[in-house]
Amino acid sequence: MARAPEILPFGPNGLLIRFALQASPEANSAVRSFLDALHDVNIPGIVQKAGSLVSVYVEYVSTETTRDAVYSAVSELLATQDWLASEKPAPTRLWHIPVAFGGEMGPQLDETAELTGQSAEQAIKDLCEADVEVMTIGFSPGQPYVGLLPEHWNMPRQSEINPRVPAGALVAAVRQLVLFNEVSATGWRHIGQTAFRPFFNDRQTPILLKSGDAIKFHAVSASEMTTLLGNNPEGLGGARCEVLS
Amino acid sequence: MNVVTISAPGPSVTVQDLGRPGQMAFGLSQGGAMDRLALAEAAAVLRSPRILPALEMAGMGARFRVAQKTRFALTGAPMQATLDAQPLAWHGVHVIEPGQELRIAGASSGVYGYLTFAGGLKAPDILGSQSSHVTAGIGTVLKDGDQLSIADDPNPDEAMLGIQPNARFDGGTLRFMPGPQTDLFDKETLEALCATEFRRSVQANRQGIRLDHPNARFQSELAAGLASDFIMAGDIQLTGDGIPYVLMSECQTVGGYPRIGTVIAQDLPKLAQAPLRSELKLQLISIEEATKLAAKEETQMSALRAKATPRVRDPRDISDLLSYQLISGVTRGDELEDET
Repeated sequence: MARAPEILPFGPNGLLIRFALQASPEANSAVRSFLDALHDVNIPGIVQKAGSLVSVYVEYVSTETTRDAVYSAVSELLATQDWLASEKPAPTRLWHIPVAFGGEMGPQLDETAELTGQSAEQAIKDLCEADVEVMTIGFSPGQPYVGLLPEHWNMPRQSEINPRVPAGALVAAVRQLVLFNEVSATGWRHIGQTAFRPFFNDRQTPILLKSGDAIKFHAVSASEMTTLLGNNPEGLGGARCEVLS
Repeated sequence: MNVVTISAPGPSVTVQDLGRPGQMAFGLSQGGAMDRLALAEAAAVLRSPRILPALEMAGMGARFRVAQKTRFALTGAPMQATLDAQPLAWHGVHVIEPGQELRIAGASSGVYGYLTFAGGLKAPDILGSQSSHVTAGIGTVLKDGDQLSIADDPNPDEAMLGIQPNARFDGGTLRFMPGPQTDLFDKETLEALCATEFRRSVQANRQGIRLDHPNARFQSELAAGLASDFIMAGDIQLTGDGIPYVLMSECQTVGGYPRIGTVIAQDLPKLAQAPLRSELKLQLISIEEATKLAAKEETQMSALRAKATPRVRDPRDISDLLSYQLISGVTRGDELEDET
């Protein structure tokens, strides 16, 4: 296996720049810094760029450029610095999202807290005080992978699939949180409920979150969440976006 | 503006065009028609300058009525089709008028049939496409009584064209190129994969198609603990039990299972149309070859236009066939023998 980062083929008109095979804060910072740099240099013929937890994907149009040309431009940019040592770019937006933790709205909170070696109250405090960001958007539209949580949240996915978590479910595994847009099956543990819909067709901006957005969770009661869920025409669920200078 | 009314649809009749490219950063895969070639063939026979949003019918069609006269094309998997009980030839253009009923029943080979109206459907445009992407929560499968707007036929007097479709309705060999995770597999695994005769699984839909074999399994020792990473249509994903599953139009955008390569876009129609249990093989090609083939595809549309020619009148299209004097001078059949 070659040393990271690697430039790899991804479809006939794409390249994947992979910083690591396994998730790490360093790889995710590298992805985001490199994406920012790609936006700045503007390589001709590139029509799409996206970042995952560990990789950057670039797609080009073969009528405007060639694989070799894009490969050279990308490797030149890669060589300009040690991306795995780059500082995490500062977030420009902070989303405040209300969550009801535990009980029927987060039936696996207690077992999750136990796995992290603390009480449910401490776990909620952890989550609401965590300095977390959207690490990537993926799987389905607008769906955020949020992290990284402190090391004691490094629990594996459960071996049994949870057959059904509701839309807006907040689930946890491997130092990350995912906020489901639609009813889903998942191997992650269901710890809370939001009324926030990451993707909502009828909203002026259907997809709200972006990679790099900071997230702050605010604990609300089950009855407050029921009210938010009951009156939610825009799918915001009481969330608000603070623009950071 | 014309309207089509749909009755008694099969389980998966949806609006499809070429989908929504460029949305990976938002977690949305491109989606669109399972057999994109069928949309190109429809554009060719309708002499449309652009690919038109069409109705994709998985295995089974529906009944259709229109408010105004229009041409329509039938492409993709051939299905049993009648207009007011008169059989219609597939892979070509016909005309429907108000009061007539077009019935499209089961596929006789292949899987996905396409009904394209000459003006194109006018379903709601979401992020630049009319395609239903049911997995992502965009659009829906059509129900009994649904009505869709269609644009007027831009050229109702155009000749009725037909096309000989590229063979793709009975399985075959799928070419694939190396992808980001091909090197996670050893050479023996890759060779064994290419030597295996698979069959198209019953587990197949717009998200992906499984390739069955009674005992062949393909695994990577490096798969454990992989970060979820980008996936795309055509990727050959090997799930925990080592069974290949090729991702299709409505795949997710990231996945945690390792992928041994990417089936090239030109061969995805063949996979989409492979009937249940049909034979499928995988053939590894170089990145250079895949790139060359992709470039060639850009000239595909003009090649299809050249292939679209006036339909030879099929006896099945002649509504009053039985009134024709098809045989004249019936004889005993042995006169010639008598003469010799």
